Amino acid sequence: MQQRENAKNPKQALQVRRSSLSAWQIGERTAGPKTADLKSAQKHEKGKQQSASDRAGNSTQDHLEQALTYFERVKDYIPLKKNEVLQKHLATVESIALQRGLSPEGLDVLLNVALSGHLADTVNTRILKCLIPASVIAESSVVSAVSWLCVGKCSGSTQLLFLRWLIAMFDFIDHKEKLHALYGFFFCSLQDEKLCPYVCHLLYLLTRRESVKPFRVRRLVDLQAKMGMQPHLQALLSLYKLFCPELVSITLPAKMKTYFKNSESLWKAAINTIRRRNQGTSPTSQQLILGTGHPQSRKRKWNTQLILPACSTDANNPTRSKEINHADILSHSESFPVEQLHTFSQLLQNIHRLEFPSQMGSVLRNSLLLHYINCIKDESIYLRLYYWMGQTLQEECTWYKLDNQQYEEEFKDFLDIVYKTECFLQEGFSSCEEFLYKSLPLWDGFCCRSQILRLVSWIPLSSFSEMKPHLCEPLAQLFFTSSLYFKCSVLESLKELLQNWLNWHVMQLDVESDPKISPLNTTLSGLVNSVAELIHFVGWIATVALHLENNATFLLYFILDFYETQHSCPSLVFICVRIQRALKSLPFVHSFRYRTNLVAAKENELIKKTILQFKFSSQTYQEYNQYIMAMVGCLWTSSAFQKDIHPQGIRLDPEVLKKTRVQEVRNSFNIVHHPALMGYAILFLQQAWPEDKTLNFNLIKGRRWNWYLEYLYVQGLQGLKLFIESSINRVSQVSQTKSGNVQV
Amino acid sequence: SSTENVDPQKIAFLLRKQWTLYSVTPMYKFSYGNLKEYSRLLSAFVAAEKQKGLAVEVGNDLGIKVTLSTLLGLKGTDQDQVAVLVQIASRSQLPFENAENKVVWSGWFCCISGDDLLESVPEDFTCLSLFLANGAESYTAIVGSWFQKTFDCYFSRLTISPLNLAWMAAMWTGCKVDSHMAATELVFSVPCIPQSLDISYAIHSEDAKALWDTVQKTPGEVTQEEVNLFMDCLYSHFHRHFKIHLSATRLVKVSTSIASAHCDGNIKVLD
Repeated sequence: MQQRENAKNPKQALQVRRSSLSAWQIGERTAGPKTADLKSAQKHEKGKQQSASDRAGNSTQDHLEQALTYFERVKDYIPLKKNEVLQKHLATVESIALQRGLSPEGLDVLLNVALSGHLADTVNTRILKCLIPASVIAESSVVSAVSWLCVGKCSGSTQLLFLRWLIAMFDFIDHKEKLHALYGFFFCSLQDEKLCPYVCHLLYLLTRRESVKPFRVRRLVDLQAKMGMQPHLQALLSLYKLFCPELVSITLPAKMKTYFKNSESLWKAAINTIRRRNQGTSPTSQQLILGTGHPQSRKRKWNTQLILPACSTDANNPTRSKEINHADILSHSESFPVEQLHTFSQLLQNIHRLEFPSQMGSVLRNSLLLHYINCIKDESIYLRLYYWMGQTLQEECTWYKLDNQQYEEEFKDFLDIVYKTECFLQEGFSSCEEFLYKSLPLWDGFCCRSQILRLVSWIPLSSFSEMKPHLCEPLAQLFFTSSLYFKCSVLESLKELLQNWLNWHVMQLDVESDPKISPLNTTLSGLVNSVAELIHFVGWIATVALHLENNATFLLYFILDFYETQHSCPSLVFICVRIQRALKSLPFVHSFRYRTNLVAAKENELIKKTILQFKFSSQTYQEYNQYIMAMVGCLWTSSAFQKDIHPQGIRLDPEVLKKTRVQEVRNSFNIVHHPALMGYAILFLQQAWPEDKTLNFNLIKGRRWNWYLEYLYVQGLQGLKLFIESSINRVSQVSQTKSGNVQV
Repeated sequence: SSTENVDPQKIAFLLRKQWTLYSVTPMYKFSYGNLKEYSRLLSAFVAAEKQKGLAVEVGNDLGIKVTLSTLLGLKGTDQDQVAVLVQIASRSQLPFENAENKVVWSGWFCCISGDDLLESVPEDFTCLSLFLANGAESYTAIVGSWFQKTFDCYFSRLTISPLNLAWMAAMWTGCKVDSHMAATELVFSVPCIPQSLDISYAIHSEDAKALWDTVQKTPGEVTQEEVNLFMDCLYSHFHRHFKIHLSATRLVKVSTSIASAHCDGNIKVLD
């Protein structure tokens, strides 16, 4: 048998070990007879002890060496009770092992002596219990230890303990190829009833796809028939099913939690100490592949999919069994089962042979597989996900079907997961978009509100006229009839939507355009149109909302937030001038932000125009100019609310203005009198005329106007500077008709 | 209907059973050539599910035998996929009885004429979008779960709307039936407290057919207006006698001598 050949010739081993031990041998070493004579050993050790104790440092190391040499030489049966030397050495080894672990060579020696049956059982037990590795365990020592089992000299309890040790220390073994070769040997030990649970556990750790053979399956099924439903057998059979579902089928009962008895307990504390010490260089413990399964805590229909399917390997590959016969012996041709994917480095190593799970929906929970999906351009993946997600959303929606109302929490969680996945992939799902179009008209605005609104922000860019009836109308209806907080949430999600569209477009510009992608979405004019229409829509609802909510500051904040995101959008400047009416009652900060928005946008506009050629209609330019003129009129020429023929302009009849009872209406928005800037004006006046206690704003004109302007620039109002310099041509201080020129 | 070879025995087997309807999303990597392999795997799966924790070697099925086969003659158009029948039979436990396996559950997939849908689906997908099941719900759950896991599809219960039920009533009434015709029955549901009220309206089949013949203009063609007219006639007749407007209630069940259908998604074909 193969195993016998692996068994080392003890004589050879001893010679090999002697040379390795000699590296740290100190003092004399008798090349005496191999069988240790009791008395001579005693004397010899005594002498060694005395010499060792004289040395200053490293005495424990010496003790260890002595102990190991002693054990190495043991050939005859030595009872523990009467032998002080043995006890002492044993104590040495134990203490050192617990403190810092044993070297691979030391482990080798001790393993062999423990399993050879030369010493009493109690000694063997103690030895096995203290076999803690300092770093790794050499595979060869494990193999030679296993070979001792064939000889059959050690007792049953020692065998059991050895198996438990092997399971506990499995991760510390440096290489495992030979152990895998011993799979058949371990498998045969299954018949021993006492060993069976531990052998199952060991096989569980060792099993790979090629280990699963029909005769082994048959054997295990027969064992199960004989021994009954033992959890360890079930676990091993489940693993077999995972690898080769075409050979065996098993469904685990739902309530099982532990399958294998805990073998680690005896060594757990010591292992933890070593792991902590090694700080990550030691291998991580292998996770049990068998998930405990998602708990089906309540009775639901069998086809419910809110509980995401676990990632399981695609069993539907009938050609696979044929492939294995032709497959190379080299294991790299085998595909990597998805259940074993736990770390990113595993993903990178196996990316060329990774299988997709059988149910695509399970990738939503698995960020590693999401990474993988990003790389693969396979249409069937998206189609599978599309079907599954579309059906799940429709079936589980809590306001479609009355039955589902009790499962609102689960539905919320599901929507959260979908949203997180969209954020991860940085694109929206078309099935999600369709669901929103279908469900928004029926939505009460209350159920799963934040989840739904967040999903709205990921609607892919498409023709706005298509979206309008499905998205804008139901949303507007809900918007106008709901609370302030809802309005703000909607504005925020529309802002995110705009942001996502712009980001997506920017990414598309970088990527070489694929002519197969639908033309509307990727053309610049398509983007511009949709964006423009969205902004119009938001402008409209925002204005109405401001009326309804009486210019609530909170609302205004969100509106301004929306407009801030348009900085990267070159086609901006559809400022809703009605908002200016609100500015009358604004605290400084908002007004200032509004200004900053405007000028920053202007800056971007100028830059972008030189880069991209936009085919703007002249109407756009006209509108833009009119807005600029209105702004300039307010800020600069003190001619607010005057000739402004634009339908959205801010021209107000004099009667209306009288009603507002604001004095000096025309000045009220210029850079001196504007509420946001008045503070600066005051400071300026105080600096310029420190004695003057009355604040006379009319002093600021002529030269002083310019000084004031400089003062404002110094205060950091760069945006204002940019706006004024780019919009206002100061031919003379009086003539302002040339204002509003856009520098191209 | 197509002119393929029709197995009358198999088709006859589908009659006179109550079928529960499901709609199924396209199946990924389903292959007609592997039906035998699927049978083996599904048999083992069913056996394992029936006795949780017990491992079942594939091929040794512990008394459960599942067969998958194709059903010819049930296509709407030529482009439709061939229907697939799944049957679970339990082997008789007594060894000396050479009795045939008793079928305990059946289900079949078919494709309703969905030409526009089929166009856009790539090759790896098989569109068998209607599933009909007869037998214990537990078996339906097991078989359905296996299909969902293996082919990444999704089963959802199909409900029949009152509009569709009205269509069925009209169409079935118009069909010629040679043998004895049972009464045509329509059941309407009225939401009441504490329990909903069911109104059953039975008509002689000959009378119903006569009515339909006057409504239908072109034989072989049915339009929405004709269906509406047909139903309105029935409603007004009922109103004349009982002063109840059936149009305000909800049609939940239609039963004719050919077939019957319930809004929960159960149908039964008699002839």
